[in-house]
Amino acid sequence: MRVIAAIAGWVDHRLQLAEPIRDAAEHPVPRNTASWWYVFGSAALVLFCLQLVTGVLLAMVYVPSADEAWSSLQALNHQVAFGWFIRAMHGWGSNFMVAVVLIHMTQVFLFGAYKFPRELTWIVGVFLLLTTLGMAFTGQIMRFDEDAYWGLGIGVSIASRIPVAGATIVSLMLGGPIIAGATLSRFFTLHVFVVPGTLIALVCLHVLMVLKLGINEWPMPGRLVRRATYEREYHELTKTDGAPFVPYAVWKDMFFAAFILLAVGACAWYFGPFGPTGPPRSHDHPGRPEA
Amino acid sequence: MKLGMLFNGLVAATLAVPIVRFLLSSVTLGLENVYSAWVPLGRVSEFPEGETRLATFRHPFVAPTDGKTADVACWVRRIEGEQFQVFAVNCAHLGCPVRWFPQSGLFMCPCHGGAYYRDGSRASGPPERGLFEYPIKITGGTITIHAGELPTPGPTAALDRVRPPCA
Repeated sequence: MRVIAAIAGWVDHRLQLAEPIRDAAEHPVPRNTASWWYVFGSAALVLFCLQLVTGVLLAMVYVPSADEAWSSLQALNHQVAFGWFIRAMHGWGSNFMVAVVLIHMTQVFLFGAYKFPRELTWIVGVFLLLTTLGMAFTGQIMRFDEDAYWGLGIGVSIASRIPVAGATIVSLMLGGPIIAGATLSRFFTLHVFVVPGTLIALVCLHVLMVLKLGINEWPMPGRLVRRATYEREYHELTKTDGAPFVPYAVWKDMFFAAFILLAVGACAWYFGPFGPTGPPRSHDHPGRPEA
Repeated sequence: MKLGMLFNGLVAATLAVPIVRFLLSSVTLGLENVYSAWVPLGRVSEFPEGETRLATFRHPFVAPTDGKTADVACWVRRIEGEQFQVFAVNCAHLGCPVRWFPQSGLFMCPCHGGAYYRDGSRASGPPERGLFEYPIKITGGTITIHAGELPTPGPTAALDRVRPPCA
């Protein structure tokens, strides 16, 4: 133990991160925020981490080529041990993430947590919702089955109706004249590099602001948020009726995180992965709306 | 400081040219008309008179990873003799592939119920126009069509640039 402590001490003397991490973990939160209503933000982050892990695992087998993507999904489903399960976790994790982000947004809205001084946290959150939806849309294209193929067809048909820039946007989306190899490659780039990179940066900003500004207190009817006095009142509240986030409030977040991971795992196990439906062909179609 | 910013700005502007050109490659190639060409669909005799058949052609612009996605489907209607109409498979509403129903003499879309008459003109449903039609040429008993970009219902749909649609 003493050796470990000595090594940790040596590292932290140079890194100097232990202190700020401890400060962040133990920052005081109003006691009434240690509620089950406040667990959805951290659950969204946990689901995002699940998506990162399962996404990296899938990328080790998946081939982002219009010719081979579909057959690489067959390999994932049938050849790689638990490939079907990792696919299912990634797919269900995506559905859960969209749902949890929406629930988180609803809670923040109903509790008035978007008010001064947390307006920017809310605005960044809106962009986090958009990037989450962007991940979900680009992710279902990765399957590159007939559903993905015709979904793209619908997407570009809608985009083509944009005045003036429509045709250019269609060209940019497709990367060529038709839905083909270049189309999948660029949506792969969006799904694996561009959108998740943006998402990580925005999550950092979002969490940083939550730490700096403090979690909003439980709303009370009649208690108004006044710019002149709010920050002083909040500071006093965390002093008189506050408790350190770790361990006072964090256990509920941890419990719910485990619960949501278990729920994703159960859905993945029971319902299995999404698709792939038939291979992408311009003349085949499942014959159902919005496929 | 000012010199540093000026120099960085110059370098950034210089590097931006190839980056932007790279990103817009698919747009500029489209404007240069490299996507479209005359492609053969088959012998005229393969299509019975008075019938509408599904045909598939290899897209003229193929990339190595395209695989089967470069095989594009279309509906070929032989009216009589050398009178043909070739329609894009994509519905003029949101691009889903329409199907031909000889029993009712209609093309119908599985997505949102768009319907077209046998000559491709709009019958009912959400599409605001008829089916996209390919320009046709018949040489030496072979039917060829001028194919290019995926037809989309926007105001400058690729096929419309070549020839106004029949509908």
